[in-house]
Amino acid sequence: MSDTLSLQAQPRVEAVRAPSRRRRLSEGARSERRLGWALCSPAAVIMLAVTAYPLAYAVYLSLERYDLRFPRQSHFVGYANYQAVLTSGFWWHDFLVTVVITAASVSIEFILGMVFALMMHRTIVGRNALRTAILIPYGIVTVVAAFSWQYAWTPATGYLAGLLPSSAAPLTNTWQAVGIIILAEVWKTTPFMALLLLAGLALVPNDLLNAAKMDGASAWQRFVRITLPLMKPAILVAVLFRTLDAFRIFDNIYILTQGAHGTGSVSILGYDNLFEALNLGIGSAISVLIFIAVGIIAFVMIRGFGTAVPGSENL
Amino acid sequence: MTRLLRRVRVWGARRLLASVAGLALLSPLLASCGGSAGASSGPVVLNFYNFPDPSGAVQTAANDCSARSHGRYRIIYQKLPTSADGQREQLVRRLAAHDDTMDILGLDVTWEAEFAEAHWIVPWTGRYKQEAERGTLPGPLKTAIWKGQLVAVPYNSNTQLLWYRNDLVPHPPRTWAQMLQVAEHLARQGKPHYIEIQGAQYEGITVWFNTLVASAGGSILNASSTAPRLGRPALKALQIMADLAHSPAADPSLANQQEDQNRLAMEAGTAAFELNYPFVYPSMKADKPQLFKHFKWTLYPRVDPSRLAAVTIGGIDLAISAYSRHRSLAFQAALCLRDRHNQLLAAVEGGLPPTLESIYAHPTKSFVAEYPFYKEIAYELRTASVRPKTPAYQNVSIVISHLLSPPSGIRPRQTLQAMRAQLVNALQDKGLIP
Repeated sequence: MSDTLSLQAQPRVEAVRAPSRRRRLSEGARSERRLGWALCSPAAVIMLAVTAYPLAYAVYLSLERYDLRFPRQSHFVGYANYQAVLTSGFWWHDFLVTVVITAASVSIEFILGMVFALMMHRTIVGRNALRTAILIPYGIVTVVAAFSWQYAWTPATGYLAGLLPSSAAPLTNTWQAVGIIILAEVWKTTPFMALLLLAGLALVPNDLLNAAKMDGASAWQRFVRITLPLMKPAILVAVLFRTLDAFRIFDNIYILTQGAHGTGSVSILGYDNLFEALNLGIGSAISVLIFIAVGIIAFVMIRGFGTAVPGSENL
Repeated sequence: MTRLLRRVRVWGARRLLASVAGLALLSPLLASCGGSAGASSGPVVLNFYNFPDPSGAVQTAANDCSARSHGRYRIIYQKLPTSADGQREQLVRRLAAHDDTMDILGLDVTWEAEFAEAHWIVPWTGRYKQEAERGTLPGPLKTAIWKGQLVAVPYNSNTQLLWYRNDLVPHPPRTWAQMLQVAEHLARQGKPHYIEIQGAQYEGITVWFNTLVASAGGSILNASSTAPRLGRPALKALQIMADLAHSPAADPSLANQQEDQNRLAMEAGTAAFELNYPFVYPSMKADKPQLFKHFKWTLYPRVDPSRLAAVTIGGIDLAISAYSRHRSLAFQAALCLRDRHNQLLAAVEGGLPPTLESIYAHPTKSFVAEYPFYKEIAYELRTASVRPKTPAYQNVSIVISHLLSPPSGIRPRQTLQAMRAQLVNALQDKGLIP
């Protein structure tokens, strides 16, 4: 709590200082500022080298006709690659699949994560054992987990496929396979959601809950009226992180279906165009569009949650 | 804290701090750019990038050729990833960066056009070309030619046979129609009856389609690879695939099956037929000795009773990188790596069919023991078809596999129309691949 308070305090201090900023700084303050710059510049340089440069280069490539296989045909094409992507049925299909996976997996994870978080928060007996048990899926490498799901759902070899009618091969049907992908995602990342929400639960003061109890609020009322509003920052962080992660889903699909039978996400589409077709122009355009989509999601969510953003003026 | 900072300032190094830290972090990168140049008085090092061979035959051949060069070169065998896509990805990344430490490249037979068109590999001319062509089977040789030039040398080949159980099928079928009939008959009797073939959404189903189209007397692309050809042979091929998918002969997992799932299904005893590469033979021998007694092989079934089947061939060709600093030595080393002695070794140890006519014409004892089906293989390699030859093969294959898998979704006429339209785009490298 004190951390958030000090974070809030800073902008105010700045605001007070702002009018007098042009005043000459003392020698000590100036050299301290220089040291500050010197100390953080290596990090800044490296951040620029590893993020800003590739990003700018991807934007540049997305405006080029650039196929590794036809290096001599490379030339500037403006927005033609974006036009090709945005008018392609493959992009919109994969976009839909991605949105479905994101929406379904994040909402299921949120509800399950909340249940798990409450369990971890409230349990008194065997608390450590419970927390460990809940966190196990998160500790397993995604690719390994995806392979076990894949084998489990393959007819003749898998125990889960064995529960289905003998002619069923769910991984070859678009929406059944998407369902399995969502299941694999939920299984894998619910613990992460639960962990973040647990941190949020710790923010809720017990006195407040006890006071509400004294006033006759039911357990549900206490949860909806007190716990949830106070957890808003934690919920925002958890849902935002998971939404951005889910929107960029790659590994589970890559192992489970390789994006076959219409189960590809936008990331799989980008990968296939970059590394299978070696079409850097189209592939970069897809990557930039994913980046923009992620940016929009983050913007809308932070706006939607409004003042609940950690570090903002009011909680 | 501030006292400490002041002390730091006293050291006077603060202005340099940033640049020094930056350099320190970059130094490993700079060092790695230096490469392994330097005083080398020993033999020239030739890097041979090839598929990872678990049998050890490739390594033995590399050692053997290095020894035979009498100190002129030393071949270092660099293992590529296991999957074909992974191999291509690594080769392409290095070649696109003009990596001059790559000399001999083991290319899958579908990459020659792409690599040659991008000027990543050099054509074979003069005496190297003559030696590469001498005694090489025509089928595999076709895979190494692009725009009339020999751009690689066939290293090994591969082709599918029809494997069947003679306890269920005393007389193997000669055509697809007969095979379907037999399978349906077995199904009615309640006996194992599946036909195992590659129906998953990957390149294997493109190969199946290519074989059927070629066996029906057609081709997927025109002779100059500029446009789709398809036509009636393609319609016939689609009809056969759809017929199989809707018959009781289809494995329920057809749309999910690659070569290895086919092998497992055959070994599990649920199938009567299997269309697959010869690796299934030693595997059946080791895994199911009882079934192995009835595990027989014959030529790939025909589409048209009066026309030989033209089975799509696979395999590896060796090419020389355009960025190699030792091209001449690399040509010599590549020829050595695929000479009779080393191909025989790779065939017996590694199970990969050779590309030299003489190995089949005058087989050694160990070759016959490992390859009891060598006559059928040689026969198919002579009448083989190759996959569509175009630098955009990857796009072409993806379009085809997406339209054909699951095979139960094939509607011959509509599928053919869609394929024609999408292939035009794929060949022009327009738009996205799915």
